[in-house]
Amino acid sequence: MMTTKPVLLEVSDLRTRFHTPEGTIFAVNGISFRLHEGETVAIVGESGCGKSVSMMSLLKLIPVPPGEIYSGNVKYRGKDILQKPEEEMEQIRGREIGMVFQDPMTSLNPVLTIGRQLTEPLRTHLGMERDMANRRAIELLQMVGISDPERHLQDYPHQFSGGMRQRVMIAMALACAPSLLIADEPTTALDVTIQAQIVELITKMRDMLKMAIIWITHDLGVVAGMADRVIVMYAGYIVEEAAVDDLYDNPSHPYTIALLEALPRVDRRRDSRLKSIAGSPPNLLVEPHGCPFAPRCEFVIERCRVENPALENIAQGHSITCWVDVKTGKPR
Amino acid sequence: MIMESTSPNQLVALNMEGLDTPPLTLSQLAWRRFRRHRMAMFGAIVLALLFLYSFGGSLVLSESYANHTDTSLRIMSPSAEHLFGTDSVGRDILARTIYGGQISLLIGLTAVVIETFMGILIGALAGYYGGWIDSLLMRITEAMLNIPEIFLLIVMAKFFGGKIPEIEFIGRTFSGSVIVIVVIIGITSWMYLARIVRAQFLSLKENEFVLAAHATGTSNVQIIFLHILPNSMAPIVVSATLGVANAILAEAYISFLGLGVQPPTATWGNMLDGATNYLESAPWLWFFPGLLILLTVLSINFLGDGLRDALDPRSRAI
Repeated sequence: MMTTKPVLLEVSDLRTRFHTPEGTIFAVNGISFRLHEGETVAIVGESGCGKSVSMMSLLKLIPVPPGEIYSGNVKYRGKDILQKPEEEMEQIRGREIGMVFQDPMTSLNPVLTIGRQLTEPLRTHLGMERDMANRRAIELLQMVGISDPERHLQDYPHQFSGGMRQRVMIAMALACAPSLLIADEPTTALDVTIQAQIVELITKMRDMLKMAIIWITHDLGVVAGMADRVIVMYAGYIVEEAAVDDLYDNPSHPYTIALLEALPRVDRRRDSRLKSIAGSPPNLLVEPHGCPFAPRCEFVIERCRVENPALENIAQGHSITCWVDVKTGKPR
Repeated sequence: MIMESTSPNQLVALNMEGLDTPPLTLSQLAWRRFRRHRMAMFGAIVLALLFLYSFGGSLVLSESYANHTDTSLRIMSPSAEHLFGTDSVGRDILARTIYGGQISLLIGLTAVVIETFMGILIGALAGYYGGWIDSLLMRITEAMLNIPEIFLLIVMAKFFGGKIPEIEFIGRTFSGSVIVIVVIIGITSWMYLARIVRAQFLSLKENEFVLAAHATGTSNVQIIFLHILPNSMAPIVVSATLGVANAILAEAYISFLGLGVQPPTATWGNMLDGATNYLESAPWLWFFPGLLILLTVLSINFLGDGLRDALDPRSRAI
């Protein structure tokens, strides 16, 4: 049913690198995926695996230099947005694609009132007058569950708690009713109870505005309830992509399996220990030969060390990059 | 005993009332810190009195009186009729310090407007964009810094002096040399401010709220002036305040050298120039304008000091 909806975003072979004094960091190494309208995709992976950088590359928010998007294209509603000039990108950011960041404590400007920051996208993108923008801002604050919004318009960010600030960030990102929301670990910096509230809020907003969501996280537990599909990233590569239930029932990449085993679950015996993944993520300063996960992989075979597998379909809507069939432990 | 007379309910009510007062805004906090800074309050009050003296005084004594020469009254020591005495051509020094004060203070303020404008523009562009823009602008800044300011002032004053016609402003006619001096002081003093602003922008632009502003489609110009600049206002305000004192001093230097504002328009600086030949014989000629310069510069520096403490967002003092 989902696949019948038109494609909203199509990313193909996106590659981003950073030129630093220590050498070139290959942060995103040719990722491709599609997102349909109204669909929720979670991007999962540990810190430094290129989740945020790939999403920032989509919006051309990478500082150039030292960053460089050196290959690939990003089609939004059929048009390649990577080729667009900066002025046209400004029309897309906030208007078509909203973004929520990880740390609400630092992503609001400390010297501007909440009202100022919230009305700015309304005035730039929708050309609203001050009064109208203020009225809309009050509605938005109400929508994200902030009580007494008229009074809070005059407040400064330091007067808000973390959860309230993240609600304001969400209100800002949704101000112009975008078709796509990129949520970059929006719950990581918050307490567990607030996390649940924020997840619930974003889900509610999604259903109300019929928007698509790309949810970046390193917490597989958070996404299980809300995502349609999950993309697992490792060292700047997509290693597995599947529908959410399929991924949990039938994880097929060794890295995904390891991630799921590292996840605490309520239905597991309390005295069983969580498994951690041996080793550490690869150094992105060297362009890897072979599969980047090979040094840490339980299923590794000779071929893994010399040749990096491409993304391959193993079932309907389920693809992985692995030479090995994890069920048998033999090469596929 | 006292505890008994206050019921728990009353205590709760008191507490609730305390909680209900709205939290202080950033400017209210700054004002509270400023008020407690004794020297700064002293500076602010003295400065206010100096403004009152210069601008209120003109309601009492007319400008034609200040420029009225009467050689029969030359170099009279302070008396009931001429409280501050008279100068070498018999003009009343009290009246001249009033009108000279207007010019000196106006020069200080307007020169700082130019200085701040240039400093912010150059520092912000260099710090925000970085790369070759930063290199180019900072090399220009360093080049300007390498030329001794007083030398630059003298050369430019000599070069541009007398080329600009008279102008009228707030009911007074100013000689063109006032404009020349203002512009010269402005364009020879922006370098330190530019460096401060650049440093601020270099660190502030890495903040996540700048990225967040980009992500909502805010343009670079808006980010520079509406998002980052308000965050760096504290050092700019302090630097600009101290800049007023420096501009007044710079005007005094070049006027003292006879290259500044030309008589009969009085400034505190050119009054000192007129006193050079009478340093010992008629000390009142330099004492009053000198004292006023001293008071102004001192109180502005105190004020700047207080503002630095009050506007420092890291200051925890309330």
